[in-house]
Amino acid sequence: MFDDFLLRALLAGFGVALAAAPIGCFVVWRRMAYFGDATAHAAILGVALSLAFGLPVFTGAVAVALLMALTVSSLSGRGYSMDTLLGVLAHSSLAFGLVAVSFLQDVRIDLMAYLFGDILAVTTGDLGVIWGGALGVVGLLVWRWQALLTTTLNPDLACASGLDPRREQLVLTLALALVVAVAIKVVGVLLIAALLLVPAAAARPFAATAELMALLAALVAMAAVAAGLGVSFYHDTPAGPSIVCAAAVLFAFSSLWRGVRNAA
Amino acid sequence: MSLISVTNLSVRLGAATVLSAVDFTIDRGEIVTIVGPNGSGKSTFLRCLIGALAPSTGQISRAPGLRIGYVPQKLAIDPTLPLTVGRFLSLPRRRKPSDVAAALDQAGVPHLEPRQTADLSGGQFQRVLLARALLENPDILILDEATQGLDQAGSAAFYHQIEMVRRTYGCAVLMVSHELHVVMAASDRVVCLNGHVCCQGTPELVASAPEYRALFGTGTKGALALYRHEHNHSHEAEGCTDPSHSQAHSNAPAHIHRQDEGQNV
Repeated sequence: MFDDFLLRALLAGFGVALAAAPIGCFVVWRRMAYFGDATAHAAILGVALSLAFGLPVFTGAVAVALLMALTVSSLSGRGYSMDTLLGVLAHSSLAFGLVAVSFLQDVRIDLMAYLFGDILAVTTGDLGVIWGGALGVVGLLVWRWQALLTTTLNPDLACASGLDPRREQLVLTLALALVVAVAIKVVGVLLIAALLLVPAAAARPFAATAELMALLAALVAMAAVAAGLGVSFYHDTPAGPSIVCAAAVLFAFSSLWRGVRNAA
Repeated sequence: MSLISVTNLSVRLGAATVLSAVDFTIDRGEIVTIVGPNGSGKSTFLRCLIGALAPSTGQISRAPGLRIGYVPQKLAIDPTLPLTVGRFLSLPRRRKPSDVAAALDQAGVPHLEPRQTADLSGGQFQRVLLARALLENPDILILDEATQGLDQAGSAAFYHQIEMVRRTYGCAVLMVSHELHVVMAASDRVVCLNGHVCCQGTPELVASAPEYRALFGTGTKGALALYRHEHNHSHEAEGCTDPSHSQAHSNAPAHIHRQDEGQNV
């Protein structure tokens, strides 16, 4: 039934939107925008390694993204200046990834597909991976939601309530790595951070609770996927960037609305 | 047995030794105040007690099943995170709305559930934090400079609330504070901390200890002067011209109470 490439693209996009939106909310609340960037950029190195060793791209991307996320979160507890450090890690991992890919001359790979996504080429197998990963992430978040939210507010408060903030941080890190890996096919490593941040930011003015914000962010992301794919189909624009553009337009409307409401 | 007992606790953060050889116990129903200058390791000590920080050496033993109500020094909730007071009190354990309402009532801020945490004043938010701690039905309430950012009347009212809470819940209270004149008078025991325990005992004992005076001075300026005036003279004392004394008077219970009511309107 999924033989229509547009339908597969839509389903793939919805799956990623569903998982990316709530994680994106945490990225916004915890001010980890650069953290998301670094994790996503590291994934290109994972892609290169997977191709070199003949592994599934998803596996390599998850592994390297996770490694990067763990490195960053363990460094962040040690008083490094995170802004600079993350900037260094985000861009150097991308550069190393690109160089690594260039060594793979005998493997014909379309670099652009990994940098900007190739959602129109999603196969039924890809759909399985994307939805499996997305549902895994959503399940993880629903399971740990209360603890994650408490830890996000204040780690010491979580400790006093008997939670372990480091474990919750690990849960988020794992979820982020999974989202990055499933999102590569849809928007590519360069635009994953946008898919995390923009829907969450667009949802903020309309939400009175954290749960509502995550839900609205998912709806915004899905709307952006649908609109972006539509534009891409009718005007032959690149699909991944079109999706992010659509999300950005929704964010602009949301900000305008908030401005009008605050002025009133 | 003690609620929490600490033996020979040392904490090193990086190259610095923040705490060394600290022994400490707190019993059921006791009010203990920790005083000490900035950087004396007060907050570090509390973070060890709640389990947020692992000691480098030494042992911390908590009574089995100990419930801690923790009121942090400050809680900066990112403005991008929408959160109502009611929802905040249901973290991390879900609470019944009736329990939430009762806790807010106890903390002196009834009916705040639907408000966004971002819209609260400093004093209101501190009381919401207290309400959240009370929902744990705590054996011990731990407050880390809980009145930082409140004015003198506001913090006096807050401590007044703490005393009422202790009477109701019968919990022990452990607090860290700079506001010695307000806090010490209400304490059963004061621990003077400066990397190690300098001295401890009843408020009167600590206030006259040479170690304490070395840290906080003996002159008329500073909080110690206020504190000692309160205790060395009765409030009926006539002809006192020391300006710091009248300062101390502004913290007298009758005044506090008026402020308290004013704030709740």
